[in-house]
This record gives sequence, structure tokens and C-alpha cells, in this order.
Amino acid sequence: MLHYIGRRLLQLIPVLLGMTFIVFLIIRAIPGDPAQVILGQQATKEAVAALRASLGLDNPWYIQYFHYLGDLLTGDLGESMRTKVPVASELWPYLGATLELSLCAIILAVIIGVNAGIISAWFQNSWFDYAAMIIALIGVSMPIFWLGLMEQWIFGIQLDMLPTSGRDDARNPVNPITYLYIIDTIIQGRFDQLVVVIQHLILPAIALATIPMAIIARMTRSSMLEVMRSDYVRTARAKGQKMFWVVYKHALKNAIIPVLTVIGLQMGMLLGGAILTETIFSWPGIGRYIYDAIGFRDYPVIQSGILVVAFMFIMINLLVDILYSIIDPRIKYN
Amino acid sequence: MNSRKELLQVRELETTFFTDDGAIPAVDHISFSLKEGEILGIVGESGCGKSVTSLSIMGLVPSPPGKITSGEILLDGKDLTKLSQKEMRKIRGQEIAMIFQEPMTSLNPLFTIGNQLTEAILIHHKSWSKKKASARAVEMMKLVGLPRAEELLKEYPHQLSGGMRQRVMIAMALVCDPKILIADEPTTALDVTIQAQILQLMKDLNVRLNTAVMLITHDLGVVAETCERVIVMYNGQIVEEGPVELIFKNPEHPYTKGLIHSVPDMRFKKQRLFSISGNVPKPGTVKQGCRFAARCEYAFDRCQQENPNLYQTAEQHKTRCFLKEGKEASLDDRTAIESK
Ligand SMILES: Nc1ncnc2c1ncn2[C@@H]1O[C@H](COP(=O)(O)OP(=O)(O)O)[C@@H](O)[C@H]1O
Ligand SMILES: [Mg+2]
Repeated sequence: MLHYIGRRLLQLIPVLLGMTFIVFLIIRAIPGDPAQVILGQQATKEAVAALRASLGLDNPWYIQYFHYLGDLLTGDLGESMRTKVPVASELWPYLGATLELSLCAIILAVIIGVNAGIISAWFQNSWFDYAAMIIALIGVSMPIFWLGLMEQWIFGIQLDMLPTSGRDDARNPVNPITYLYIIDTIIQGRFDQLVVVIQHLILPAIALATIPMAIIARMTRSSMLEVMRSDYVRTARAKGQKMFWVVYKHALKNAIIPVLTVIGLQMGMLLGGAILTETIFSWPGIGRYIYDAIGFRDYPVIQSGILVVAFMFIMINLLVDILYSIIDPRIKYN
Repeated sequence: MNSRKELLQVRELETTFFTDDGAIPAVDHISFSLKEGEILGIVGESGCGKSVTSLSIMGLVPSPPGKITSGEILLDGKDLTKLSQKEMRKIRGQEIAMIFQEPMTSLNPLFTIGNQLTEAILIHHKSWSKKKASARAVEMMKLVGLPRAEELLKEYPHQLSGGMRQRVMIAMALVCDPKILIADEPTTALDVTIQAQILQLMKDLNVRLNTAVMLITHDLGVVAETCERVIVMYNGQIVEEGPVELIFKNPEHPYTKGLIHSVPDMRFKKQRLFSISGNVPKPGTVKQGCRFAARCEYAFDRCQQENPNLYQTAEQHKTRCFLKEGKEASLDDRTAIESK
């Protein structure tokens, strides 16, 4: 197994290398000059040229690329052209915010989606099945920004129950350690803040979880329906096993395997594609960090930001593959 | 043999599938009983309702669309069709156990043999420790002739051959000492030598544990080797019933005769296998007359009009054929048959 993981990590290198190259070229294809953006429209030509030289932008693109690669190999993600802060340290708070939100969203989506799918399959054609699948159908086709705005309007404004922006109370900010505020507040024993943090998480997490939840529910249902017809499920029933255990032990373990792929992909989407939700809920996440960097043509931030997200996406897929082999003894990675 | 107690009595059992094509009576008012310690064969071509009969007894008819629509299944005087789900779960595995055709797919691929065997024990012996259950599992695995029983506990089904898996299935079925074992085509998916071993094992266990066995098969050869008594099913009905010896020596129903003909005879390796022409009609499609009439070489007018009853032709022999209506068969019919 360790052997397999090692090999997979090695295979990552060419993938990530290719990705850095493509991202590098694409962002340089965006019209606009970072030096010009930083200095403003009134800046003199000389000032812009001087800044370009100091940023290394006067070199040919391939020299720039090799500099960037060289830095990456030493673990240096570069520094922001705009703030002069190393990307690695600047990025972490944003990454923490995104990780926390997307983990909460995916956990919510998995718990509710998987169970809804199981119960729908178990009681196929019942009212629960119909209701769940109609809701799931609405869920997959729901525009997230609209859902987010409705949540804010109902729970934030009309009912005044939950905060609608940010991660914590600005007057009583969380003292960050890992930037996963749930963990930070727990380590510090600040349970008052923990409550506030969770309240902030609820609405964006629901908005973000909706589509994955609907997809997972539908996938789980169809996978369960197939497995429930299998011979070993009949064997389990013939032993006198309770239906609950037949479903949750024998059927689910088999049915969850194809669902895991979907969960992994959805998790990846949440990491990279949460910009809309992050914007609506003023969530200081990595999507917005990269988005803002694009506005400033802040090349190192864009490059390294996308690289980090891609790296996590790939790691999640690796994790899913490892989970497969833990669940299914027939899979041998050799 | 007659003095033995009747363990299980099936009375006028009807199991219907309610599908988009209408109600399909897959099992159509069948009655039979299973005696203590006997091996009863149920034979018939595919689609005759053998599996549905056994699933009805287990209370495992896929529902929807299937449902027991009338009749009773008596076990020790209890009508299983009237039991609640909870009561029925106590019967399954503990009183009546079942094994299936496909040993390759009947075990859960994601759990170890040990897990699945001890599960079968712990369901019915809630107070037992895991250790005690494992010990019992090993004991049972040895009884069914599985080598390296302790190691097998930790292995997964895919690591075992088809024959071994079927032994595991048998061990799992018998692990709670059920009175009845229903084996639905237990050897159909296995190759010939393994098939013979498994049948021998079932015979041995039947003697050693005194478990009554209901052996379902489409192969009369299997019945000849294994069973004492046999029920021949056709299109959801019993068409002949009797002791195996008698049925082979003196088959009465044309369908049974056809089945006996189609048993491969090992003495003539090159012979072409005989098979009854035509197919089993879908249940419910023969609305009038004998269900076998369309394929029957002896069929006469009356067979197209009425479905014969199951006539008692000898003390232990029953046949559903007008030819056996005894003296009631008209002289004309008899000459018609004899001239064939
Ligand atoms: N799940 C089902 N849905 C509808 N009809 C079924 C179903 N299972 C069985 N049947 C019907 O019952 C008939 C008998 O099936 P079965 O008992 O499996 O035959 P066999 O004698 O081969 O075991 C089939 O021909 C089919 O028409
Ligand atoms: Mg069958």
C-alpha cells in the first residue's frame, strides 16, 4: 500500500509540472500588465519599466517560467507582486477558510445525501423516495447564488437568526492557529467563539452543500437499488438479519464504492469552485483570493494559488483510491 | 418413511407477481409436505416456479411485485404466511436455512468468511461472545470439509474456489442447526466433479445432522443421486409426486418422462441429448386446458379444454394427467393414446 501511495505521488510530478506550464501561459495571455495595474494609469513609462525589471517581467517568458519552477522546487511559492508578502504565508488563511467551509459542506452533503439515497432505495416508490428525488432534482438544478441570496434574505434578514457574512465576529475575532476556526476555538477552549464560528458556517455550508448533496443522493439511490437486488443481500436476509443491518452493513458497503468517486469529485469542485458562494457570504476563501489576484494580474499568487488547489484536488482523488482499496479487498494496487 | 413426522406443510400456496403485464401466478396452488430428515427433490425446467416456492417458504419473495396471495405454510403448526417480519426473522437461519445457486455472488465480497459466518450465528445467539461464535464457525467449516478453517475465517470470498464457497454457504446455513435446509440449485453453477462432492456432502450432513433438505434442481440426475422423494413442477403446479425409485421406474406424467429422457446417460458419451420440444409457458398464459398440453405428445381433445387434477395413482404417487384419471378415462381416449 505504501508502495502504491509512493508511486502515485511520483506520478503527480509530471501532472503538476504540466499544470504549472499551462497556468503560466494562460495567465500571461490575459491582457494587462501587472506593473501598470500596480502603479495605476497615471504612472510614467519609466516607472512602469523599472517595476517590470524589478519584478523580472522584462525577461523572456521561458526564463520567467524556469525561475518560477526553480523557486517551486525549493518549496518557494513566490511572493505577491502587489503586497510583497510570500504567497505561502499569505495563502494559508484563505486556504484554511476554504478548507473549513468545503469540509463542512461535503460532510453535510455526504451525511444527508447518502442517507436520503439509502432510504429512497430501501423504500423505493414510497412517498419519501418521491419527495427526496424531487428535492434532489431541484437541488442539482438550483443556481447557488440565488439559493445563497434567499438564505440570507430569510435567515439573515427576515428571521435575523444567522450571520450572513464573514467567518467570525469582527468585534471578537478568533485568534488563528490553523485557520480552521472550529479547531482553533476548540484548542483555545473558546466555546463562545466556537458557537459564533458555527453560526457563520451554517448558511454558506448549506448553499455549497446543496448540489453535491443532490448528486450524492441520486447516485447513492441508484447504486443501492442495484446492490439490493444482489444475491448476497438475499443471503443476508436468509440468515434472519434485520433489514436495517442488511441495508447499512451488507448493501451500503458495496453501494458506496461508486459514490466515493462522486464525493471525491464534488469535494474537489468545492475547493476550487466556491467563488460564487464565497463572494455572496463574504467568505475570505481561496477562490476569492485568486479571483482578486487575477484583477491585479498578480501572477505569482494566481499561479501558486491554482497549483495549491490542483494539488489538493489530486490528493483527494488519491485518498478516494486508497479508500477503495480499504473497502474492497479485491482491489490490489501492485 | 411414512411414520416420519411432517415438518413443513405447504397448503394450496399461491404466489403472484403483480407486474405491468398483469398478475403472474408463478406458484399456483401447490401443496406438499417435507418430512423430518428426508431429502425432497423439487425438479422442473427453469421458470416452473421452484425458486419462487422456496422464497415463499422463506418469506423472501421480492415484494413488490411478488406476494403470497393464498394458502398456508405450516411449520410445527405455525402458519409462516401469517407471521410478522420480526417473527419470520427468527425462523430464517434458525429453523429454515437456505442456500442459493450462485456461490460466486451469494457471499458478500467485502466481508471476510469469518465475519459472515459469525454474523449468521450471532443473529440467533445474541448472548454468545465473538470468540464462541468463531469457534462454532470453525467447527462447522470443518464439518463441511473445508481445509484450513481457522485461516479461512480471515479470507475473503474471492480468494476461494466456487466449490469452497458453496461449502461456506452450507456451513453458514447449518450453523444454527436449522430443521430444514432449502438448497436452490446448489450445484448448477459448479463443474461436474465439484457438483458430485457437494451433493455427497449434503447427503452426509442430512444423515449426520438429521436436517431435512429441500433440494431444488432442474436436473433429474441430481435427484436420482440424492433424494428419496421428488416433486415435479411444471408452470407453477405440481404435476407428479412420488418416491424417486418409483418415479424413475414408472414415470406417469409425460413431462416427467421427458425429463427422465433428457438426463444425460454417461454410458453413451456421444449421444445427442434429448430435450422436450418447446418452452415452459409464462405463468398465467395457459388459460385453458392442461398446461403441458402444447408440448405433450399424448395430448388429446380434453387436454385442451380442462386442466387435470392431481390424481392419487398409488399410495405415494400422484400425477396430474388425464391418462391417470384411472377408470374414469374414457375408452375412446385410451385407444387414442395406445394408437400413438
Ligand atoms: N421478480 C419477479 N418478477 C416477476 N415475475 C417473476 C419474478 N420472479 C419470478 N417471476 C416469475 O415466476 C416464474 C417462476 O420463476 P422461478 O421460481 O424463479 O423459476 P425456477 O423454477 O426456474 O426457479 C418465472 O417464470 C417468472 O415469470
Ligand atoms: Mg430458480
